[in-house]
Order: sequence, then structure tokens, then C-alpha cells
Amino acid sequence: MLTYVLRRLLIAIPTLLLISLVIFFLVDLAPGSPASEIPLTVDAATRAKILESLGVNAPLHERYFLWLKQFFWIEPQYAIDHLFGTDLAQGAQRIISYSSRSPVFSIIAERLPQTLTVIGTAYAVAILIALPIGIYSAYRQYSWVDQLGTFVSMVGYSVPTFFTGVVLIVIFAVKLQWFPSIYDTTLKITDWGSLWAQVHQMILPVAVLGLYNAAEISRYTRSSMLENLGQDYVRTARAKGMGERVVVLKHVARNSMIPVVTIIALGLPGVFGGAIVTEQVFKINGIGAALIGAIHANDLPMVQTITFITAILIVTFNLIADILYGILDPRIRYD
Amino acid sequence: MPDGAQPVLQVRGLKTVFRTRAGEVHAVNDVSFHLRRGELLGVVGESGSGKSVTMMSLLRLLPAPPAEIRSGEVLLDGRDLLKISDAELREVRGGKVGFVFQDPMTSLNPVFTVGMQITEALRRHMGLDKAAAETRAVDLLELVGIPDARKRLGAYPHQFSGGMRQRVMIAIALSCDPDVLIADEPTTALDVTIQAQILELVKELRRKLGMAIIWITHDLGVIAGIADRVMVMYGGQVVEQAPVRELFANPQHPYTRALLQTIPKISGEREARLKVIEGQPPMLAAVPAACAFRDRCEFRHDRCDRENPLRRPVDGKTLGQGHDVACHWQAPAAARPQEVAHA
Ligand SMILES: Nc1ncnc2c1ncn2[C@@H]1O[C@H](COP(=O)(O)OP(=O)(O)O)[C@@H](O)[C@H]1O
Ligand SMILES: [Mg+2]
Repeated sequence: MLTYVLRRLLIAIPTLLLISLVIFFLVDLAPGSPASEIPLTVDAATRAKILESLGVNAPLHERYFLWLKQFFWIEPQYAIDHLFGTDLAQGAQRIISYSSRSPVFSIIAERLPQTLTVIGTAYAVAILIALPIGIYSAYRQYSWVDQLGTFVSMVGYSVPTFFTGVVLIVIFAVKLQWFPSIYDTTLKITDWGSLWAQVHQMILPVAVLGLYNAAEISRYTRSSMLENLGQDYVRTARAKGMGERVVVLKHVARNSMIPVVTIIALGLPGVFGGAIVTEQVFKINGIGAALIGAIHANDLPMVQTITFITAILIVTFNLIADILYGILDPRIRYD
Repeated sequence: MPDGAQPVLQVRGLKTVFRTRAGEVHAVNDVSFHLRRGELLGVVGESGSGKSVTMMSLLRLLPAPPAEIRSGEVLLDGRDLLKISDAELREVRGGKVGFVFQDPMTSLNPVFTVGMQITEALRRHMGLDKAAAETRAVDLLELVGIPDARKRLGAYPHQFSGGMRQRVMIAIALSCDPDVLIADEPTTALDVTIQAQILELVKELRRKLGMAIIWITHDLGVIAGIADRVMVMYGGQVVEQAPVRELFANPQHPYTRALLQTIPKISGEREARLKVIEGQPPMLAAVPAACAFRDRCEFRHDRCDRENPLRRPVDGKTLGQGHDVACHWQAPAAARPQEVAHA
């Protein structure tokens, strides 16, 4: 198992390098230049200095290796310095945003918590709703719960989040005025009141993202449960005198969860993609909004870095899914 | 076995149907039989004759819907298993009655250890704690001939061969000292040498533990070596029933006679081995108003088309006690069995 994980990690390195190469060069083709972001009032000498400090005059491959070094070597040092008060980085040049001219990672560190709170909550809510519904729908196939669940998940799965989001905003925020329609990113949780305000403003976006993901997870759970409920070992468990709870929640669910857990792990990076849309709809100032903003502003380092982080997430969660599969299914052997 | 011993299991008038989109399938039609304490009852019949559905109906193991047990009673020690509550039934399943299924490759749960799958039943029925259940599980694995039993408790089903898995299934079925063991074609999925080993094992276990056994097979040759009594099923009905020697010596039903001819002879010429029974098993789409076997029967006459034959005693004893057959045709006394078998 350990050798398997190590081998997979080793394979991940060239994969990620290749991805970084593609991302960096493709994004670099975009017609952006930091020069256009510098006000025209700035004189030519200063302008040249600024460009020089941003390192944009160097040839493409040099910029790529610098970016790579900054990403994997310098930025982690800054992160450690920040956490432990050390001074490893010693003022080395960080990845700088063209438009705001502050370090890209500082902006990400600022925006990420907003995104994670909403996405994390939505995904957790989705799992908590989807598993029981999927299990029950399969066990009572064609019951009204199953019919309703199947219908709702079909709707949830086929209607895009920007549509559900807008519909919910129109109904609950504009017409009924139950919830705010704009997400207040500056809200700090200091007491019960502000905690409630935070929960309150999260309800709509979490509902939109949660419904979408719950739909997918419950469909998988249901079909996986159905497949396993017909297996011979289920009859064996009943013939041993085990109660229905044990048969369904232990014998069948334990088998059914193998593909479902994989789907959950694999789906997590994809949720970031969904979050970009949701953040636009609810005006949440998260990482998705940062990416969209950066694209509009031709802020190449920002786009390159966020895209590459997403790629790393996908590769990581693929690995996690594979490892979970091996842990859950004793028939899988890694060597 | 003592002839007059009180039956541990008594089944009367069992009817099981499947409601399908194409209509009802009458898989088990008015089946009655009994099983005495310590007796080994062989059940034979070609595939689709209703053997499995009958046995699974006894413990209500069929999925409902589509299965529906329409009538009958299943008396275990005088208590009707079709009437008791689900909770009481679960005490019987795996407790008083153990079940071994046909396919050992799929009958064990792939994600749990063999030890867990044995101890689960032990803890459920015998109230043993984890340690005591594991000790007993080791004993059981040794009993069914699995070497290095304590180590194997932690192994998963896929780490066992087919024959070893069937031994594990037998260990599970016997774990709580059942009065009745139902084995539904336990050797059909195994290759011939393993089949023989499992048969030997069951004979030995029976000597040691003394439970009554229902052994289902489509192979009369297997039955000859182990059964006390044989019940032949065809089209969801019992067509003949007799002590094993009597059945082999004096088969009455044309179907039984044909089955006997399909047994390969030990001493005989190899070429002339299997005489396949001509024709198709019946569609069980309706309650039969005629004999189910008539289309394949060489002794068919017009009464067979009008009337489904009832079981009648052959030897003058009470129905079910001795030899009985469900056939309008009277086998001539001259047609002795060996002649039939070797014809
Ligand atoms: N789930 C089901 N739905 C419809 N018909 C079934 C089902 N299970 C079994 N049957 C029918 O019941 C009859 C008896 O089957 P079975 O008891 O399995 O035969 P066997 O003697 O080979 O064990 C068969 O004709 C089969 O078509
Ligand atoms: Mg069968």
C-alpha cells in the first residue's frame, strides 16, 4: 500500500509538471500585458522599472522556471514564515499579480476561506442528505419516497446552478425577503448575532450547490445499493437471521459505499468549478470571483496560479479516491 | 432412521407464485413433505422444477414482491413458520435452520472477513461475546476441515478457493447447532473432486452432529450415496417420494425412471452414458389442469390431459409414510428398477 502511494506520488510529479507547462504557455498566449494596467500618467522610465521588477521582459522559458520555482519553493517558504514566524524566504521575489501588484498567494489566502466555507458546507450537506435518500430509495424501490427522490434529483442534476440560484434569489431574497441576496464577505463572526448572520447568508448558496451535488450523489448511492441488494450474499445474511437494519446498513451499504466514496472524492475538485458560477450569482467574493476578475483584467500570474492549483486538487483527489477504493475493497491489491 | 420418529419439519400444501408482468408463475404447486429428526432427505429434479423456490419459501427468503406464498403451512416443531412474526422468524433462520446456497463464490460478503461472517451469526443467536464467538468460529472451521483455522479468521472470501468457501458456508450454516440443514445444490458449482470432498464432509458432520438434512441436487447419483429418502420434483410439484432403496429399486413415475437412466453407470460402457430426457420443462404459467409431464411422457393417455394426477401410495402405507407417486399410469410390477436403469 505504502509503495503504491509513493509510486503514485512519483507519477504525479511529471503529470503536474506537464500540466503546469501547458497552463503557463497557453495563458501566456493571451494578449495581456502588465503595461496596460499601469496608468498612462506614469513616465516611461518608471514604467520600464515596474515592468523590470515584474520580470516580464525575460524570455518565456525563464519566466516559466521562475514561476515554477516561486510556486513550489518560495511561496511555501513564505507560508511557513507566516505560520511560524521564521524567515526562510528572506525577501525573495513572490508571484505578483499584474493588476493589484500584491502577491497572488496573499489574495488567494484572503479569498479561499470564503469559498471553502460555502463549498465545504454545501458538500457536507449534500452528502448528509444524499446518502440516506439514496439508501432508502433503493431499499424501497418504487415507493413514493423513491419516486419523489428520483424526480428531485433528476431536476437537481439537469437544471444548472446559475438557474436555480437566480430562481431562489428571486423567490426568497427579492419577493419574500427572507434572505439577503448579496453575500457579505466582510462579515466577521464575533458573537451569536454575527454567526447567525453568516449562517443566514450562506443558506441560499449552500442550498443551490448542495441540491446539485446531492442529486448526483444520491443517484449513485441508489443505483449502487440496488445492484448490491440483489446479490447472493444479501440472502446469506438474511438466512443467518440478521435483521433488516444489519442487512441493509451493514452488509449492503458497506459494499455500495465503495463506488460512492470514490465519486464523492473525485467530485470535490469539480465543486470548485460549480462554485465559480455560484459565486458570481450570489456575488461571493471567493476564489472563483478572483479567477473571473483576473481573466477580465488579463492578470496572467493570477490566472496561471489559480488554474494550476485547481489542477493540483484534481490530481490529489484522484489519488485520494484510488487510495480510499483500496482501503474499502479488500479485493483490490496494490503491488 | 426410525420410521415412526416425529418429523422435525412438516410442510403441507405449499403454494408459491411469482407475480410478473407476463402473468403469474406458479413455481411451487401444492407441495407437501416431511423431514424426520436426523434424516437426510434428497430432493431431485431438473433445473427449474421448483426445488430452490420451495426451500426458500420455508424460511420466507424470497423477495416479495414478486414472490408470494399463497397457501400452505410449514411446521417446524409444530410451529407454523408462515404465520410467526418476522422477529420470531429471524430466530429460526440461522438458529434452528441453517442454509447453504449453490454458489459459494457469491454467497459470502466480499468486504467482510470470514471470521466476522461466522461470528456475526454466533453472537446473534447464541449471545456469545467477541472472544467466545471467535473461539467457536475456529472450532467450526476446523470441523469443516479448514487448516490453520485461527489465522484464516482474518482472511477475506476472495482468499479462499471455491471448495473452501463452501466449507465456510457450511460452517456458518452449522454454527448455531441447527436441527435442520438445507443444502441447495451445494456442490453443483464445484468441480468433481471437490464435490466428492464436500459430500464426504457432510456425511461425517451428520454422523457427528446428527442434524436432519435436506439435500437438493439435480443428480440422482449423488443422492444414492447419502440420502435416506428421496423426493422427486417436476414442474413445481412432488411427483414421487420413497425411501432411497425403494426408489432406485422400484421407480414408479416415468420422470423418475428417465432420471435414473441419466445416471452414469460405474461399471458400464462409457459411450452409452447420459440419456438426455427429451423435451422441455413445462412453463409454469397456470395452475395445471393436466399432468405437467405429459408432453414428454411415453405412457401418456387421455386421462393425463384432463386431470393433474394426485399423489397416491404405492405400497399401501399412509400417504407420505412410504412410497408414493403422482401418476395415472401404473408401472407394471415386472419393470424392475435395475432393468430400467440398465436398459
Ligand atoms: N424471481 C422470479 N420471478 C419469476 N419466476 C421465478 C423467479 N424465481 C424463480 N422463478 C421460477 O420458478 C421456477 C422454479 O425455480 P427454482 O426453484 O429456482 O428451480 P430449481 O429446481 O432449479 O431450484 C422456475 O420455473 C423459475 O422460472
Ligand atoms: Mg435451484
